[in-house]
Amino acid sequence: MSFINALEQYEKFNYDEFFARLTDNDIQRIIDKNRLTILDYLALLSPCAEKHLEAMAQKARKLTIQHFGKTMLLYTPMYLANHCINQCLYCGFNVKNKLPRKKLTMDEVDSEAKIIADSGLKHLLILTGESPKESPVSYIIDSVKILRKHFTCIGMEVYPLSTEEYKDSVEAGIDGLTIYQEVYDRDIYSELHPAGPKRDYQYRLDAPERACQAGVRTVNIGALLGLNNWRTEAFLTGLHADYLQQKYPEVEVSISPPRMRPHLGGYPPKVIVSDKNLVQYIVAYRLFMPRGGITVSTRESGDLRNHLVNLGVTKMSAGVCTAVGGRVEKENVGQFEISDSRSVSEMANMLYENGYQPLYKDWQVL
Amino acid sequence: MNDVLRIGGHELSSRLFLGTGKFSSNKIIPQVVEASGSEVVTVALRRVDPEYKDENIASFIPKNCILMPNTSGARNAQEAIRIARLAKAAGCGNWIKIEVISDNRYLLPDNYETIKATEVLAAEGFVVLPYMSPDLMAAKHMVDAGASAVMPLGAPIGTNRGLKTKELVRILIEEISVPIIVDAGIGRPSEAAEAMEMGAAAVLVNTAVATANDPIAMARAFGMAVQAGRTAYLAGPGATKDYASASSPLTGFLHE
Repeated sequence: MSFINALEQYEKFNYDEFFARLTDNDIQRIIDKNRLTILDYLALLSPCAEKHLEAMAQKARKLTIQHFGKTMLLYTPMYLANHCINQCLYCGFNVKNKLPRKKLTMDEVDSEAKIIADSGLKHLLILTGESPKESPVSYIIDSVKILRKHFTCIGMEVYPLSTEEYKDSVEAGIDGLTIYQEVYDRDIYSELHPAGPKRDYQYRLDAPERACQAGVRTVNIGALLGLNNWRTEAFLTGLHADYLQQKYPEVEVSISPPRMRPHLGGYPPKVIVSDKNLVQYIVAYRLFMPRGGITVSTRESGDLRNHLVNLGVTKMSAGVCTAVGGRVEKENVGQFEISDSRSVSEMANMLYENGYQPLYKDWQVL
Repeated sequence: MNDVLRIGGHELSSRLFLGTGKFSSNKIIPQVVEASGSEVVTVALRRVDPEYKDENIASFIPKNCILMPNTSGARNAQEAIRIARLAKAAGCGNWIKIEVISDNRYLLPDNYETIKATEVLAAEGFVVLPYMSPDLMAAKHMVDAGASAVMPLGAPIGTNRGLKTKELVRILIEEISVPIIVDAGIGRPSEAAEAMEMGAAAVLVNTAVATANDPIAMARAFGMAVQAGRTAYLAGPGATKDYASASSPLTGFLHE
């Protein structure tokens, strides 16, 4: 059994027809429920539910405070390497893009880690492109060994690994996996990944499940918003999260709703996902998964993130740089342009002003 | 009569334990603790960061309180045991609230793994307070394993739904020899009072205080409610009756 079986059940699903049948009464009834079904969640993602956004937001805020408290976990990404053999049309690290390719030496990993650790953060997310030659699993594991001296909780966002490789990573001190399917629609997936190992849709789709089986503590999934109709992508992300949470109750399953940002290569979004759409997605997911984590990165603007603090988000990045070694060498080219360049202390101040406690440490690998 | 709660060689005059996980700022914790009168405060080891003094939650716990670290985040006995040992090594004392949760949907505790962790940690000299789903046999096993108190949930963590497990908690109070401390689910001071009136030895509250608009005032209210409930329990409430005391009793003729 793989998530692909659950996904196939919705391949022929007529979303337009489902949305067209919904009434205001349906939406109000769903907002009042304690436990939402997957189709309740889809209903909250509908155009009809837009009229009820404020009621959804109020409930989302209440549920989030109830389960997570007035707190926000802070983390930051660290790019280890940008070598990549894939040709993802929407990514700045696409093999066809001309940019200086770099991977950090172990000394550079240590230097960059020290700069981040000085900000007080204990949660780190490491990233690489996909290059079996330049950034194999052994390279990632060597880096983790150094990073463990500075951080108590390290997640990774890298190409999909085998179950055995995930086990080795967990053994080395990796606590969580972030992996985005990018787009759940198979045809669009195929079109956007014309070459490279990332063309294998199902190997990527099953990666979070392999990581759960390998013993990671947290899994974070998502669809890159802008590549397809956001309502169906948000729905299938929720379906995926629900599948994982039911099957692996010991794993903390969370989602990210990343929106496309300007990047080297300049592939434009197929659809524009508005702030209102994003908010609808976040609050609908909160009502569906009251205890599920929601991460929002610096792809979003400072102003929007200030508002999102109150709407169900539980984890935010701060002091971000998307370039390899960019904290030491400021001119390096990033994977995408960030919209919120605030430092960790600036983010912390904003959170305190909003009545939220920034969390620098919320786990330590045992 | 001097009514004290004895746990782990300590005599506690307050029967309200406080959690610290959900406040908008750690800076408010000392005032909240003072307003509540609480003498036992639990802190998740996962949040303790001795390297970052400004934000380290442990440094906000008043010195006259017992710091009770908890094993939040542990998914099995082995992880709980490791967290407890790390807590002791970090200078958090020898009390430990065992929390083993391997269900991220409802956050219900795993009694079986909790019993295993209790056995190991009690043998190592910890004062062990296991958080549990109220179940008589599991509670007995925890006591046999060396638990200093047993902490059944009133409702799932963070739900503020009150004493939903009342009948099961009542059985624990009647049958278990160590103090029964109702942990999780208590949303209002009246519910804390209700647990105390039933004979619970103490209650532990976090969400209801931390997420109140005025946490300090709510902490004070909980302190008063716990005292009121305890006093009522000791006073021996009048029996409730299903029938009225009739002015013309049916059996009156027997005494004529």
